[in-house]
Amino acid sequence: MSVATVIPAFVTRESFIELEARDRAQALMDPGSWRELVGPFDRIESPWLPMQSIAPQSDDGCVVLKGTIAGQATVVIALEGGFQAGSIGEVSGAKMTAALDLATHDSENGRKTAAVLLLETGGVRLQEANLGLAAIAEVMASIFALRQHAPVVTVIAGTVGCFGGMSLVAGISSYILMTREARLGLNGAEVIEQESGIEEFDSSDRALIWAVFGGEQRVGMGVADELLQDDAKEIAAAVQRCLKVGLPVVHRSQQIDLYRDGIAALDTSQQIEPLTLRKNWNNKQAKTKEGSA
Amino acid sequence: MEQLKFDYPSANRWISKRAHVGIVGSGDMEVLMEPAETGSAHVSIQTSVNGFGSSWKAVLDRFFARFDGAVRIHINDAGATPGSVMLRLEQAVEVIEQ
Repeated sequence: MSVATVIPAFVTRESFIELEARDRAQALMDPGSWRELVGPFDRIESPWLPMQSIAPQSDDGCVVLKGTIAGQATVVIALEGGFQAGSIGEVSGAKMTAALDLATHDSENGRKTAAVLLLETGGVRLQEANLGLAAIAEVMASIFALRQHAPVVTVIAGTVGCFGGMSLVAGISSYILMTREARLGLNGAEVIEQESGIEEFDSSDRALIWAVFGGEQRVGMGVADELLQDDAKEIAAAVQRCLKVGLPVVHRSQQIDLYRDGIAALDTSQQIEPLTLRKNWNNKQAKTKEGSA
Repeated sequence: MEQLKFDYPSANRWISKRAHVGIVGSGDMEVLMEPAETGSAHVSIQTSVNGFGSSWKAVLDRFFARFDGAVRIHINDAGATPGSVMLRLEQAVEVIEQ
């Protein structure tokens, strides 16, 4: 019996989740093709965190690498979930916006540049309140501009997941790739429990959390595109596939009627089970795809 | 929030590379290590935990008893223990001496 049959591939794989933001970004790009924009030695830190006795980080938790993926010019923006839960402040938001705008500028001038967003984030950084909210609006405006030219691929690997304002950013991207460990939602479990009570949502119930927000459910519902293993090579290959396909015929966030009808058709008189929701929503999407084909 | 500064004039070996390691997460810190043009070592620390100046000095004294590079070190700290501080410093040295 060879070693390969004894040790399953899942054990020998290179985990993507275990990588820090900078290493995640590098793992997706052609080796030697990238350079970092506004890196840690440029020391553009949040001026607001020290005022609140919180240590800042020299890259504000946002890593921007410009280079190529399978030869395609791409900017990869990775949020570091380990720093302030990947939250978006003034500096990290400005870095994202500037990087996306540069990609749009290049795309408009004949050098098509795609964007890959590695989102591990709780959303707006509450310590920077309004600046963080403004940053989300700016990032969204920049994605709307870029996605006319080149695809914007969001990868949510885990374990922080993607919540709050940044879930809107994920929602307007061209493709969303998730792992089983990842979560995607507007309000996180603890926020729902805090606002609506434990009868509405028990935030200590991990099975419930993943049944609602988890990658399997999100892909199953059709609100994310591909479910991937926590494997750096598999995730890199999936990103390359998205970039190769290019822009979708229609972006998910343009299908307003589809989702509005979906929400209108929900029967809230009884508890909706995650699996039922998955089945109903996915059928609806399949029909639309057939209809448009 | 506390700012600390230390100088180690005896660390004067020329260093050409720079290193960035660590994350400012709870119980962890980041180190930026780069060549110091002054020809000796300088350390600046920004920490969210006040009152541990003597512990920082003890860890750095021990670190510079073995490391002699003329480096400028900046640390952003979110409550790393002395053991973690030493590991992060050694990790940065590993990067610049690769």
